[in-house]
Amino acid sequence: MPQKSLVLRNCGLIDPQDVDSYLARGGFEALRWVQSGMTPAQVIEEVKRSGLRGRGGGGFPTGLKWEETARSPGRTKYIICNASEGEVGAFKDRYILEGDPFTLIEGIAIAAYAVGATKAYIYLRSEYVHLAGLMAHAIAQVNRNGLLDGGGQALEIELRLGNGGYVCGEETALMESLEGRRGEPRVRPPFPPSQGLLGFPTVINNVETLMNVPWIMAKGADRFCEMGTPQSKGTKVFSISGDVERPGTYELEMGSSLNELAHEIALAGDVKMVQVGGALGRIVPADRMEVPLSYETVLGAGPVIVFDRGRDVVDIIYRTMQFFAEESCGKCAPCREGTQAMMETLARIVDGKGFRKDLKALEQLSGAMMLTSSCGLGQAAPVPLMDSLRYFSEEYDTHIRE
Amino acid sequence: MTSGTSDARMEKNLLVLLERTRNVYGYIPDDAVMDLADQLGIPVVEVYAAATFYRALPLKPMGKHTIKVCKSVPCYLKHNQPIIEAVERELGIAPGQTSHDGLFSLELVNCIGACDKAPAMMIDDDVFGNLTPEMVAEILAGYR
Repeated sequence: MPQKSLVLRNCGLIDPQDVDSYLARGGFEALRWVQSGMTPAQVIEEVKRSGLRGRGGGGFPTGLKWEETARSPGRTKYIICNASEGEVGAFKDRYILEGDPFTLIEGIAIAAYAVGATKAYIYLRSEYVHLAGLMAHAIAQVNRNGLLDGGGQALEIELRLGNGGYVCGEETALMESLEGRRGEPRVRPPFPPSQGLLGFPTVINNVETLMNVPWIMAKGADRFCEMGTPQSKGTKVFSISGDVERPGTYELEMGSSLNELAHEIALAGDVKMVQVGGALGRIVPADRMEVPLSYETVLGAGPVIVFDRGRDVVDIIYRTMQFFAEESCGKCAPCREGTQAMMETLARIVDGKGFRKDLKALEQLSGAMMLTSSCGLGQAAPVPLMDSLRYFSEEYDTHIRE
Repeated sequence: MTSGTSDARMEKNLLVLLERTRNVYGYIPDDAVMDLADQLGIPVVEVYAAATFYRALPLKPMGKHTIKVCKSVPCYLKHNQPIIEAVERELGIAPGQTSHDGLFSLELVNCIGACDKAPAMMIDDDVFGNLTPEMVAEILAGYR
């Protein structure tokens, strides 16, 4: 399947500094159409019918999230755009924001109309501070043109810059951070659609998820459903890096194969394995790269890292675990202690000082972390390790004396 | 950095206040921690708890410019070690230290989202990618 241009349709074709160039390409027509011709319930129904699911890795049906938020009691509702893209190898949201901040704003405005929110936050990770000016400028231009005033009640969009911290990409940790505290994930339930920011019903969506919304409203859910697989509709934006000739951001129809992305598009060479989904992602060995990229198989938030034949798998996994040990927020013990213990064990194995019983211990610890960690970080941190043990056990063997 | 907020509850937002403090002093001085605790009527430990969580809210004075070299896997694959060594050589400091003239602090950080131009680093708000060791001196000269 060839590359698609849905989410990225304006990137490179509009001037991200100039709202007029966006309007000239039909910008804000979807919002006007929605506000003048559809009830909020109809908007939610259309998003549900489209099958759109969260693009930040979770894959939760977007329409259901909106519906629950809309139905939650109370008049104060919030929209949060999660632009805290911190996954290792992830840079697709950066590319989107660099090229087309306006579609995101329009998507936020449609979401706000659907659930009855008058305030939205865009939480931008601190390392994307270089985009803060561009984003603020885009919001100001949209405001100056009165483009957000149409839906009966005006929408205020506020940009907040993070202060560093991978875990702040987790939705409830992000809310804690927005409220001014340590970015530690909350115990759930309650989930954000019933109790989110400041305890009010909140829709929190990834940048890419919201980018899909204006297109769906303009072209209709049916056309969106024509693309993809039974459980994964539309397209996915990937950021591919590592051992490829053409690293970058590419949009493909859901269900396209990893082979196509890595070999045909990014020009990978003699591949040993690919990590799909960043540090938290699954490991796919070279002989399984026919796998389609979809929620049903393997997907994640979009980062894809390619490793050549010459790479040392154990060294890579050790470095990945080091990342988790550093970025664990420390709130729950299985993650805080588990990632540290795994990192130390892997360091010993890399050093040639590991024992066979270490592998057994790593497996046991993995099970405990997956079962008992409070958020996705601790639950998924052992996944690449376990995948690598499954596919590349012989590499561990060569590091282990005995 | 925060654009104007209309939400009164955000005016008592500890992180917003810590950001303002950092933007004035370049770090969070102990005195400011005490003042913020008084101002908000919260325990001092709560202020420290928030500040120590975030990399961008340092409790010690930093150099005028902060260099963050990415050490995550995609940059590692593209040979970030010679870049780190070139910065260390150029400034005569190790990661976690500040140069004697107070101009530069050096940090090794996790993924900065510039993997398409690995190896990459940030100096303050700017991103530099596709680095070679030879480029480092020239880039740093631009900040001296």
